[in-house]
Amino acid sequence: MALIEVRGVSKVFGPKPQSALPLIAEGRSKAEILAETGHSVGLREIDLDIEAGQIFVVMGLSGSGKSTLIRHLNRLIDPTAGEIRFAGDDILTYDIKALLEFRRSKMSMVFQHFALLPHRTVVDNVAYGLEIQGVGKRERRARAEEWLETVGLAGYGPSLPDELSGGMRQRVGLARALCTDADVLLMDEAFSALDPLIRSDMQDQLAALQARLRKTIVFITHDLDEALRLGDKIAILKDGALVQVGTPADILLHPADAYVESFVRDVNRVRVLTAETVMKPPRLRITTENLDEALRQVRASPHDFAYVQTADGGGYGVVTQEGLEQARRSRTSLKDLTHELPSVQPGQALEEVLPVALQSQFPLPVVDESGELQGVVTKKAVIGVVADQAEARAARAEAAEGDVEPQPSEPPAA
Amino acid sequence: MDIFMDFGPVIADAVNRAIDDLVIRHGDDFEAFSNVMLAVLVGIEGWLRSLPPPVVLAAAAAAAYAASRRLTLALGAAAGLWLIGSLGLWQQAMQTVAIMGVAVGLSMLIGLPVGVLMARSDRVRAAVLPLLDLMQTIPSFVYLIPAAMLFGLGKVPAILATVIYAAPPLIRLTDLGIRLVDAEVLEASRAFGATRMQMLFGVQLPLALPNVMQGINQTMMMALAMVVIASMIGARGLGETVLLGLQRNDSGQGALGGLAIVALAIVFDRVTQAVGVRLQSRAARRG
Repeated sequence: MALIEVRGVSKVFGPKPQSALPLIAEGRSKAEILAETGHSVGLREIDLDIEAGQIFVVMGLSGSGKSTLIRHLNRLIDPTAGEIRFAGDDILTYDIKALLEFRRSKMSMVFQHFALLPHRTVVDNVAYGLEIQGVGKRERRARAEEWLETVGLAGYGPSLPDELSGGMRQRVGLARALCTDADVLLMDEAFSALDPLIRSDMQDQLAALQARLRKTIVFITHDLDEALRLGDKIAILKDGALVQVGTPADILLHPADAYVESFVRDVNRVRVLTAETVMKPPRLRITTENLDEALRQVRASPHDFAYVQTADGGGYGVVTQEGLEQARRSRTSLKDLTHELPSVQPGQALEEVLPVALQSQFPLPVVDESGELQGVVTKKAVIGVVADQAEARAARAEAAEGDVEPQPSEPPAA
Repeated sequence: MDIFMDFGPVIADAVNRAIDDLVIRHGDDFEAFSNVMLAVLVGIEGWLRSLPPPVVLAAAAAAAYAASRRLTLALGAAAGLWLIGSLGLWQQAMQTVAIMGVAVGLSMLIGLPVGVLMARSDRVRAAVLPLLDLMQTIPSFVYLIPAAMLFGLGKVPAILATVIYAAPPLIRLTDLGIRLVDAEVLEASRAFGATRMQMLFGVQLPLALPNVMQGINQTMMMALAMVVIASMIGARGLGETVLLGLQRNDSGQGALGGLAIVALAIVFDRVTQAVGVRLQSRAARRG
């Protein structure tokens, strides 16, 4: 069971929201419904599963309903129809008291424009969530100082928010959200207001924090690069409807429709995709020291080479059938026969794998942290990724200007 | 042809009957209320008048300095009060300050909650706004007549009249200040599970403070503007000085009273403005 389950959630803004629901069910467009009933559709029949411990990115342009969606998760906005469950609990049945408790202990939030309290010092801003919960001054300040240190702002406690730069302010926002130790972190365009360099810094810091804290993070962004960089899973929203949900590789390699395609076409895939996403299942791996047995195994396999672990740490090499046959005569050991290969980590970007793969005459072994052979990356697979994109680009260039491309629409923000 | 109906006597009779009725049925309640207010006012007035003037001057200077951190303003405030004393109107000024203080306090007591309610509900706002317009435009004498009947002549109706005239700007600016609070900041407070009270006292009122301060300043100025009218129903103080000048055709005395009122107004205005400016600059530095 997913930590957060969203089922059939629709949101309509207007005086009689229920009246637009049948039209949504009929699949009428946002513009039609607005023209017909004067109601603005924020979300239409959203189903999502957000697993604990992952960074779940919701991506969409402005007006796509992504900010509306994230506000449903802590009920800053209530849906017109549908269900939202947290750890199996239907949060829509919560009364005020239960809802406040839920917001205090389970969810915290980071905002696009930081939303710090300008009249309070940095440390009191960070401690705000605890203050709401009634934690004593001494304790909440001590905990706030710890989080300030974690986000790299030790010593800034007594400053006022307006004395800090944008990036620093958002770190305060992050520390404030982390300080309540909630299970889920909702981040609403948290880095969008920052300069590119600082944004990339903050992304790194968030990734590093997440590696340590293993929170469930729901991250909203309009920036695909950011989504691909941070997301374990990405959901793409358009006009309030989900277009695609999947891993970054899914989105890049198998865009669900022309709209997603239009987003991903200019992404540098070699930079974003990892060895994992193109690797093939592992080929034959020889574990015996016996040459005859090894040769038998290689002959039985469809390939004329096999992988051999050369060191406990996870170095791998190959032995060829030809080599084995010669070695049986000359009585060399398996180790001496082995042709050592550079190994690749599953998470390594293809950008780094590409040059190595091109130089190697054998598929490169993909080895995980524990030294296990996960699979192999062939030259062809890597080149395929590059060629696909180049081909698509060439095809687009060829197609005349009259080509109708899916235009990301910009309806009024809900 | 006469197209007009004759509402006049009907309304006038109805109002007269209602007031008479109030006097007959609730006269004791009004008197009790009146006595409480009077006790508070007399207490404050007596205390102010018993203070040695140098202490008051020093206190004014200290307050001005605390509000502005400017020595010139501190000296100016003391000088303003010294001028009033030198005009021979010290006692009257203290009476006026007492009436004004109670009126402003009462205005805040009423105005802040009403402003908060208005900010919270558009319906309340729609209902209160015309009432505020009425309070600010209807001539004071209209409600001074029944007020004098209900509370007797003297300080209490003077204070009530002052509150009716002076509270609206505070109410309006409290409403405005709260409505201008950054929606995202308020949302953050909600997202962390704040109750409505925690939002009001932790976020909305502190952030609305520069505007509320402006409202208090306006209320003070309008309260001072009412002192002459208030003196007509028996409130003592600087207004009475002006009134006496008018009754005795003594322009000189009128000028003295006017000068003292202006001096008092300047002192109060500058000090509360300074508080507002400091709050404002703190608010403006964000963003």
